[in-house]
Amino acid sequence: MGNALLQYATVLVLSIFVGIEVVSKVPSILHTPLMSGSNAIHGVIIVGSMLVLGTAATTTTEILGFIAVILATLNVVGGFVVTDRMLQMFKSKAPVRKAKSDEESK
Amino acid sequence: MSRGTLIDLLYLFSATTFLLAFKGLGSPKHARLGNAVAAFGMLVAIVATFFHESASGQGLRHVGLILLAMFIGVIVAVPTARFVKMTAMPQLVAIFNGVGGGAAALVSITEFIHLQGSHPATYVVLEVLLGVLIGTVSFSGSAIAFAKLQELMTGRPVTYPGQQIINGIFGLGALALIIIILVSSSTALLWILLAVALVLGVIFVLPIGGADVPVLISLLNSFTGLAVAASGFTLGNNLLIVAGTLVGASGILLTRMMSKAMGRSLANVLFSAFGSVVSASGDSSRPDGQTVRSGTPEDIGVLLSYANKVVIIPGYGLAVAQAQHVLRELAEELESKGVEVFYAIHPVAGRMPGHMNVLLAEANVPYEKLIEMDEANQELTTADVALVVGANDTVNPAAKNDPSSPIYGMPIINAGDAENVVFLKRSMRPGFAGIENDLLFDPKTVLLFGDAKDTLTKLLAAVKAS
Repeated sequence: MGNALLQYATVLVLSIFVGIEVVSKVPSILHTPLMSGSNAIHGVIIVGSMLVLGTAATTTTEILGFIAVILATLNVVGGFVVTDRMLQMFKSKAPVRKAKSDEESK
Repeated sequence: MSRGTLIDLLYLFSATTFLLAFKGLGSPKHARLGNAVAAFGMLVAIVATFFHESASGQGLRHVGLILLAMFIGVIVAVPTARFVKMTAMPQLVAIFNGVGGGAAALVSITEFIHLQGSHPATYVVLEVLLGVLIGTVSFSGSAIAFAKLQELMTGRPVTYPGQQIINGIFGLGALALIIIILVSSSTALLWILLAVALVLGVIFVLPIGGADVPVLISLLNSFTGLAVAASGFTLGNNLLIVAGTLVGASGILLTRMMSKAMGRSLANVLFSAFGSVVSASGDSSRPDGQTVRSGTPEDIGVLLSYANKVVIIPGYGLAVAQAQHVLRELAEELESKGVEVFYAIHPVAGRMPGHMNVLLAEANVPYEKLIEMDEANQELTTADVALVVGANDTVNPAAKNDPSSPIYGMPIINAGDAENVVFLKRSMRPGFAGIENDLLFDPKTVLLFGDAKDTLTKLLAAVKAS
């Protein structure tokens, strides 16, 4: 057990508090996009998958790493696209309508 | 500056964008931008990883394979995410969460194989094993959650005698295996742990009823985050630790907020096999002789047209029938006749918190017309008509009056407070939670049976004519 572990543990503990703090302010109507958005963010496992495949030395680890990268890519890309699609619905309607009527009046 | 430092700095940048995304989600205005920022941060992290160098100065190998795997992932994920119907959103989140958990588990397994023979410290093996266990449970649990939501299997709780004991045995068995592997560091046992974790995910989710699955997905989402954080420890990667922990911690809080919105504790959601006693008789009369009153679209059209205030209570049935647009037209028609119209949104309407808001926003319903439960209940005391479209459990008075009901304690929208109650329902079948609704038998309630889109279209015509 060295300094590295201690440093990771520090990061872990601080992240827990930040995670709780940041989410406690999200209004309930945004809970679904929030779930979906955090779903995309844990897709960061793609970095881990790349490192694993990129350092694989045997066929077994190559295959496992390859599948991991595919799955992680699905997670990242799917997660962000779905979240974006959900949030697209939340764009405020009023300015859009105004812009339209402006165009019509021209 | 060394290459490693630069990569770490870029990772720090990515972690910051993830935090900004969470912060952006605090308001509908910045949410989309926040998501885009996080996606950019993710891209930066991925590009930076391509320049990774091991301690011995060796660059990343198999770059071609990595790109190929990514290409496969992208061509599957983008069309799926873009073109699946909005109503199927919960399933999509479940499946994308599941694959993330699977990836985390695979990373941990691969690391375990790497570590073989190098006599790693105990805590390293522990991190790896936790990554395998949590990631795998999230993977198989999400798969079952997906099957339930997609109705590939029954949405009702699956129970069998001794269920909790069996689940307990598997849970403890997994922990025991971890301890044995820590002592013996045997690869063979790792595969057994993997199998146990797969089964554990399945049997953990089976007894959870369809209505509770969203809470479960949120919990599994949090699990995947923790599995990612565990992989971060193993790989010595701060970005994975930060992002995984953020998701893990926020996911647990979100899960609690969601179960609270249903008036139940998380333990109750997970372990009570809610709604397993179902009386899905499909009858319109009950043993005590009470019957329901069904109306014609014309009657109800008149009732709505001459009301002062109408509160619409949409539920999942609306979404299933894809009737959001017709409903909005009906509301606009009523407003043009001077009727005050609100949409009362129960926190768990649809199948996820906020799901109904998304669906209505998609149909261009103005944001300010959507009111939350507390405000809705005030409006209902002075409303002439409560129009319940494809909702059931969220207006079931049993939640307030019947302590023996499984949904007792869940906050509901008091549709019964309105002068008249109109139910648009597909059939007499009970709602997702599988519980009878007394409000249907109330003398002031009128029912209109049929697919929500059909009945709403007829209602719209009737309102226009009257």
